[in-house]
Amino acid sequence: MTITLLRGIGPLLLGGLVAFGMTAPSSAAEELRIGYVAPTTGIFAQVGKDMVDGFQMYLDDVKSDFGGAKVKFIVEDEQAKPDTAVTRAKKLILQDKVHMLVGGLLASSGYALAPVSTADKTVYVVPVSAADDLTQRDLSKFPYMVRTGWSSSQPSHPFGQWACDQGYKKIVAIGADYAFGYEVIGGFQRAFEACGGQIIQKIWPPLGAKDFGPYIPTIKAEADAIFSLMVGPMSLQFPKQLAASGNKKPVIGGGTSYDEFVLPSMGDEVIGHVSALQYSAALPDPKNEAFVKKYRAKYGKVPSYYSETNYTTAQMIHEVIKANNGNFPGQEAFVKQLAAIKIDSIRGPVSIDEMRNPVQNIYIKKVEKKKMFGYDKDELWNTVIKTYANVNQFGQFNKDEFLKTPVYNRDYPPCKFCQ
Amino acid sequence: MRSQHVKILVVVAALAAIAIIVPNTNSFVILLATRALAFAILVMSVDLLLGYTGLPSLGQAAYLAVGAYLTAILATKYQFGLGYDFWLVVVGGILLGAALASVFGLLAIRATGVYFLMITLALGQCVWGLAYRWNSLTNGDNGINLRQRPKFGIDLANEVTFFYLVFGFFVVSLLLLYTLVRSPFGRSLAGIRERELRMKILGYNTWLHKYLAFIIAGAFGGLSGVLWAHTAGIVSPVNVELAFSVDALLMVVLGGSGTLVGGVIGAFIVFGLREYLSTLVPWWQYVLGGVYVLTILYLPTGLMGIPERIRQRRALMGNREDGKKMATVTP
Repeated sequence: MTITLLRGIGPLLLGGLVAFGMTAPSSAAEELRIGYVAPTTGIFAQVGKDMVDGFQMYLDDVKSDFGGAKVKFIVEDEQAKPDTAVTRAKKLILQDKVHMLVGGLLASSGYALAPVSTADKTVYVVPVSAADDLTQRDLSKFPYMVRTGWSSSQPSHPFGQWACDQGYKKIVAIGADYAFGYEVIGGFQRAFEACGGQIIQKIWPPLGAKDFGPYIPTIKAEADAIFSLMVGPMSLQFPKQLAASGNKKPVIGGGTSYDEFVLPSMGDEVIGHVSALQYSAALPDPKNEAFVKKYRAKYGKVPSYYSETNYTTAQMIHEVIKANNGNFPGQEAFVKQLAAIKIDSIRGPVSIDEMRNPVQNIYIKKVEKKKMFGYDKDELWNTVIKTYANVNQFGQFNKDEFLKTPVYNRDYPPCKFCQ
Repeated sequence: MRSQHVKILVVVAALAAIAIIVPNTNSFVILLATRALAFAILVMSVDLLLGYTGLPSLGQAAYLAVGAYLTAILATKYQFGLGYDFWLVVVGGILLGAALASVFGLLAIRATGVYFLMITLALGQCVWGLAYRWNSLTNGDNGINLRQRPKFGIDLANEVTFFYLVFGFFVVSLLLLYTLVRSPFGRSLAGIRERELRMKILGYNTWLHKYLAFIIAGAFGGLSGVLWAHTAGIVSPVNVELAFSVDALLMVVLGGSGTLVGGVIGAFIVFGLREYLSTLVPWWQYVLGGVYVLTILYLPTGLMGIPERIRQRRALMGNREDGKKMATVTP
């Protein structure tokens, strides 16, 4: 009995311990290790692929050579879960001894990774995760973090002003029920109401909702326009059902509602819809045209902002490392230098403000069906109809007053004109 | 009785091996082992219900979550539980888990089988809904970050120290649960699992027995939550998701239900594959899936059933050889 039991369990335990005991190979000198965290499995796997592809494309462009440093690009799957993101970040830091962490998709992943960077004194570069407070009210907690993407409400501030300029008086907002949704819609509401508009209704379908049947009929008839904030598959379903319900109102929305990530799969019902973001694949700029063509040739699809922001992030890191002759200058210096960067990127001129969030152009974009960049078929493109140059995260508002108000949430700004 | 001693010896040896080997590996492995141990307490609580009482619970993550959220909220909003008062939080987590189970138990215990699965699932989702929507308290989808671990004489920010603390809690939980399942109370639980009607006829208050087991499981769930919060450093609705409860259930099934240790082995294997193998190869999900399928197909009693299977095989072969000898002798 003893023997059989030991034979049964012994190898198992031993095997487990051996597997656990394996350590990472040591690394050569002049190597820049970049730990990249993105969802490569699960419902956000496709977005994760766009993120990784964008970064990888830049690395391929420069042959993984950052001013003499050989880049080792290590991708880990965060599964869009904050828990997993933390474990993977720890793995990258403890085992791979990376110089910096990059990535994180959802706001929750950003909020989970930033404290890891503080605790382990590792640089964290945020290309996608847009949670406002990372670079606003919580900034002081994350001294090793720099954002190279955007903050959720950044495009919403000029967009609210734009909505006023169109003569809209009353708007109904409908958005995914989570932090990102609150921030995009909150920013829009603040700006729109500051110039005399009224948000008369806010509807919050759950994140990932696939049937808007219960919500669309409740949209108030007196609204001049509908503002939507959808993410992932929601973006496809909402305009379809809205059109089927016979809607005649203009539809505007947050950037993710019409991002190039979903745009090619959309139907003609979205033509004429307007959204705001810091990037459009239809930017009429030779740099962008080259980028779109190259990306499309390589990965078979139009780049989304997820691809562009990661390409640009890689470019920014390259600039800093190049300025240091291929050496990693240490965490503090790296953060300082990255935060001082000014580059002319694919999305336009980008600099970083004193709260380590980008200052960049915000494009108001209208969905149109047309031929672009010499492609022979009619396709949906986000045509830029207005550019707000060099917008920071506070937009037209005073920074100090802005920071005194709470972060946008389900109840803030309060819906004064509801009912 | 002898084989029982051997089993205990093996478990003690395995625990000693973990305690000695793990701290000498790299810090990522220590982190994973700590996670697996903290989670293993929840897994054992599932086993108490599934393996010893015959109640498959699909909402066990709820108890882990209340413990974890309690820890996180106290630590971030009130700076409570970061010194010696950590022990109060531990007690608080256990009591909260038990309290929640005593409420949910009133609703769930009346059902059995699939219906029990459904009710525990629904109740677990209620807690998930609260965690997701009660923004002012739980921070919603973004979750709560714990910025520091408790310090009382020893500094738990040190991964090795923290590993030993979790290890200690794990061993105590294992001992308590082992004592429990071998007590008359535990025996009557097994009786209920085998045939509830008979136990009723024998005069046992089976409802009360199941209710108490449910509360005890909830208490251990709460404890694992307190440890989990400090292990992971973040508490979010992901910890209450259905997948989290299912994980616990699968680990029990993988290791072998009704063994306590089986679930722990299951936890280590799943954590090892999912968190460690996944950093080495992209196709780790196929391995995990394969392990599950093979276990269900060939080891319905879980990995802990392996020795038993081998013994049966031996006995069978022995018989066959005996048969052959007989055959050669007879003619």
